[in-house]
Amino acid sequence: MADAEVKAPEAEAGEAAAEAEEAPRKPVDPNFEPEIIVFACHYCAYAAADLAGSMRLQYPTNIRMIKLPCTGKIEVIHLLRALEAGADGVYAAGCLEGECHYLKGNLWARKRVEHVKTLLAELGVEPERVEMYNMSSAMGAKFAEVATEFTARIKALGPNPAKPAGVDVHAAAREAVGGAALLEETEPSVAITTEEGQA
Amino acid sequence: MITAERKPLEEILSLVEGKKKVLVAGCDTCVAICLTGGEKEAEILASELRIKAQQDGREVEVEHTAAIRQCEWEYLDMIAEKVAEADVVLSMACGIGIQSLAEKFSPKLVMPAVNTNMLGMPQEHALWLERCGACGECVIGETAGICPVVRCSKSLMNGPCGGSHDGKCEVTTPEKEEIDCAWALIWDRLKEQGREELMFVNRPPKNWSKSSSGGPRKMVREEAKPV
Repeated sequence: MADAEVKAPEAEAGEAAAEAEEAPRKPVDPNFEPEIIVFACHYCAYAAADLAGSMRLQYPTNIRMIKLPCTGKIEVIHLLRALEAGADGVYAAGCLEGECHYLKGNLWARKRVEHVKTLLAELGVEPERVEMYNMSSAMGAKFAEVATEFTARIKALGPNPAKPAGVDVHAAAREAVGGAALLEETEPSVAITTEEGQA
Repeated sequence: MITAERKPLEEILSLVEGKKKVLVAGCDTCVAICLTGGEKEAEILASELRIKAQQDGREVEVEHTAAIRQCEWEYLDMIAEKVAEADVVLSMACGIGIQSLAEKFSPKLVMPAVNTNMLGMPQEHALWLERCGACGECVIGETAGICPVVRCSKSLMNGPCGGSHDGKCEVTTPEKEEIDCAWALIWDRLKEQGREELMFVNRPPKNWSKSSSGGPRKMVREEAKPV
């Protein structure tokens, strides 16, 4: 229902995924399971993930979430560190544009994600490995849809060409944002959780 | 402040080609304020270089650091250890910082990762405009606080040329954006100040030997020299 409000980002993401699939590439291992880091805003995407769970919606288990108070917290280096650590894809999920709890955090995040895309293009890494999505906390279905679509996109792209051997992507990504906890490590009722906060 | 822009990645890669230990050295003064070469940007470049090396299957160690000011010996001491370990230092400071680093740690290989471009003013967030040419003989007392040396495309000293139309210069920026005619700005502000007569002062040819045309410049403050 509420999902119908978002049109443009969905369409954009869909096109990007389609392009990624069309591009001539070396064959990807059909068993390839990408490791994907999601920087999720506490006020929307993170709550949407909770809702998706309550709604018992299916989405790929490839994603690992890092909760942030706002996607405006994301800096260019956070996305690069996640990729450098070996994540196959990284996306930020923030509030709908115009509805950021901190007014413009999601717009800053989008600009930074776009900047990282240009850096990746310069490096010869597919810019589609990073993306920005917007959703509200009521969009459980949208959360599952984005996770599914992005995972499919990364599966089509294949493994991150800069993936180092023997590195725990999730631990490294967690470290990259200063010790923020991953979804599986957090209590659903805890508002903003860091490792320090839990101690 | 001194502003600089990062060089294209391809050029940076060619500067450190074949080196095994690279140190990206930021400077936390001017180039940090203009979001080009502070510690944050140094870390981003280091990360990019590591990703590139990993992707190409090359074994390269890339670290980053930043000096509070690369243009002062004392601050360079603080990064000396990291510099000593590197095969090449990629400096993200302005030309002054890069040369200070190269001199301090000679014969260490020091490469520029940025192009220093101007003495600019942050007009608004993420926009810098040239305001000073360091010409060595400031005239803005007579030109209503607007520098004709860098803000007039021809550095004219005696009013606008025939290329000034409706307050705009006949020259545009490389991005084809219009440039305000400096002399139109000067005239407007002189009028506001009630000092229009300054527009009609005949200024003799400027002594450019006090600018970069006179060879490397030097400044000494005898009264401040250590005793």
